[in-house]
Amino acid sequence: MSDASINTQAQEHEAGFGDYFALLKPRVMSLVVFTAMVGLLAAPGSVHPFVAFASILFIAVGGGASGALNMWYDSDIDQVMSRTQSRPIPSGKVSREEAFAIGMTLSVFAVVMLGLAANMLAAGLLAFTIFFYVVIYTMWLKRWTPQNIVIGGAAGAFPPMIGWAVVTGGISVESVLMFTLIFMWTPPHFWALCLFMKSDYKDAGVPMLHVTHGHRATRVHILVYTLLLAPIAIGMAFTGVGGPIYLSVALLLNALFLYGAVAIWRRDEETAIADNYKRERSFFALSLLYLFLHFGAILTEATLAPYGLGGW
Amino acid sequence: MGFQQVEHELHKRRLSRNVGVGLALAGFIVIVFGLTVVKVTRGDYEPVNARIED
Repeated sequence: MSDASINTQAQEHEAGFGDYFALLKPRVMSLVVFTAMVGLLAAPGSVHPFVAFASILFIAVGGGASGALNMWYDSDIDQVMSRTQSRPIPSGKVSREEAFAIGMTLSVFAVVMLGLAANMLAAGLLAFTIFFYVVIYTMWLKRWTPQNIVIGGAAGAFPPMIGWAVVTGGISVESVLMFTLIFMWTPPHFWALCLFMKSDYKDAGVPMLHVTHGHRATRVHILVYTLLLAPIAIGMAFTGVGGPIYLSVALLLNALFLYGAVAIWRRDEETAIADNYKRERSFFALSLLYLFLHFGAILTEATLAPYGLGGW
Repeated sequence: MGFQQVEHELHKRRLSRNVGVGLALAGFIVIVFGLTVVKVTRGDYEPVNARIED
């Protein structure tokens, strides 16, 4: 082997800092940061701003670590699916062993540091979230059942609960409802994406609902979950984190979301193909806004509360 | 006659990695220091006996 060939090989496979950062799924991390921050700010009581900042950072690192472990375990299917082929492991920039080492190290680091910065309950919840996402969802459910996204969605729903636990050191109706809101929102959000994305889950052997039961069943599931989601989202208005602003936002968004879900349910595949899944795409875009505005409204209520304007 | 070092793409990636790790470590130090200051000034680590004596 000549020097030139050694150099070429190293050039192709050496990762930059951005490649390691991509292992942490930054887009998912942004959702984790936002919802954890809302949970923390809406909780009764207060923590020192620096403790709050550090706690959010450690929750984000824990979420990122679980993303790295997910990429480590799923590298075989990531290689098959076109959507994930450019990820650091399938593209050959980061090795599986490196991803595993980074994921494990950051997981332990984030949990220990959150325990030291905040409290043991918050750290325990973070540890459970990482375990749930990596072991329950990635290793077990994802390749086993078409309901994978339903139960796996719980992993993404924990951050506001952790943020709440950072301040209160406990779990309450409000934090459980914030968890349930994200938990019930995940299936319709993700299944809407599945309807219009040309995915290759079938080639990868992942039993997604639209692959195993078809688009008709997926449309029905979207409607059912949206119907179940509405009372939870609106009901939260009457708890400690709700108020008139949240109620107005929830009523409007759930009416729009239900309208979209019914429209999706009424459509057949031919009509959807004819307009390139216009309704499904707009429902997916609305779902992003739905979650953002619900948590935004909780944040608004919490921010206005000290001035006597938020809450009931 | 001197050798001119060629700036290679590989060097840029290594630099980005080194700078990234360096900044992450520096950030970690700042956070641990900040948390220590906050906890100590708020009396989180005050011995129980000291409170009784007060």
